[in-house]
Amino acid sequence: MKTLAELEAIRKATLSRINLRKDDKGEVTRVVIGMATCGIAAGARPVMLAFMDEIEKRKLAHVQISQTGCIGMCRLEPMVDVILPGKDKVTYVHVKPEMVPRIVAEHIVNGRPVDEYTIGAAEKK
Amino acid sequence: MKEIALHLLDIVQNSVRAGASHVAIRFLLGEDGVLEMGVRDDGCGMSEELLSRVRSPFTTTRTTRKVGLGIPLLMQNAMQTGGHVDIESEEGKGTDIAAFFQTGSIDCLPLGDLASTMASIIMGSPDTPEFALHCTSPTGEMSFSTEEIRPMLEGVSLAEPGVVQWIKESLEEEIEPILGGIMK
Repeated sequence: MKTLAELEAIRKATLSRINLRKDDKGEVTRVVIGMATCGIAAGARPVMLAFMDEIEKRKLAHVQISQTGCIGMCRLEPMVDVILPGKDKVTYVHVKPEMVPRIVAEHIVNGRPVDEYTIGAAEKK
Repeated sequence: MKEIALHLLDIVQNSVRAGASHVAIRFLLGEDGVLEMGVRDDGCGMSEELLSRVRSPFTTTRTTRKVGLGIPLLMQNAMQTGGHVDIESEEGKGTDIAAFFQTGSIDCLPLGDLASTMASIIMGSPDTPEFALHCTSPTGEMSFSTEEIRPMLEGVSLAEPGVVQWIKESLEEEIEPILGGIMK
């Protein structure tokens, strides 16, 4: 059973990560997932939860996940934008949950976008 | 959509966009096998004119394109089971949308992963509105609300991955004995 005591433990663990974030302000990496009708139908929900799992597993304090609506390229959904602080936005297309650990490890943690998953690579096909 | 729970994820965005402060979600499974999925919000509501054309795929409030498929796709999936969709709305008061599915129909979608949907909804709008979930079936009932757990978090956002994970896992445990029979 999940208990409120567990929630309290999670709260305390999270609090220390939040303080870490406050110390070096502004340096947040943003992950934006398309969650309109098209994104949801194409499989955005498991992708979003995969990002959440991966960020929790690695205890990354500086990553913020958010949702956006339809941007008009429904055929490329599920789409995910990753915006590192001070860097240009990178757009990943046809994202599957299996691709998420690599995006987190190579791009979010190590700063090297996974070129083969990006919109640029998809449009060349 | 492959799951009824994915329709919920989609349709709830309408309540969020309507500026609701409370969104109450219900899943009521009757003895007769009829499942009601309902969403009631206290958002801006719709005028009679908008309500009269909200079922059309060519109605949308966004300005970038002329189509909106959330409600039409939900209607299609309810109606192909022999069910229907009711929408009540009053400007300034809020909206109630209810989709009825005959779960005995071969064309009925599975309920799907409702716990994941709730986690995604809360992650997408962690501060406001408050979301409540109520499920009943002949085998029991459960209730959950963000309003109950928010004070315990003392300012920690509901969108923090650890918190979302806790919500998802506790909902999985609570929903399974009630609606497990129609999940897959």
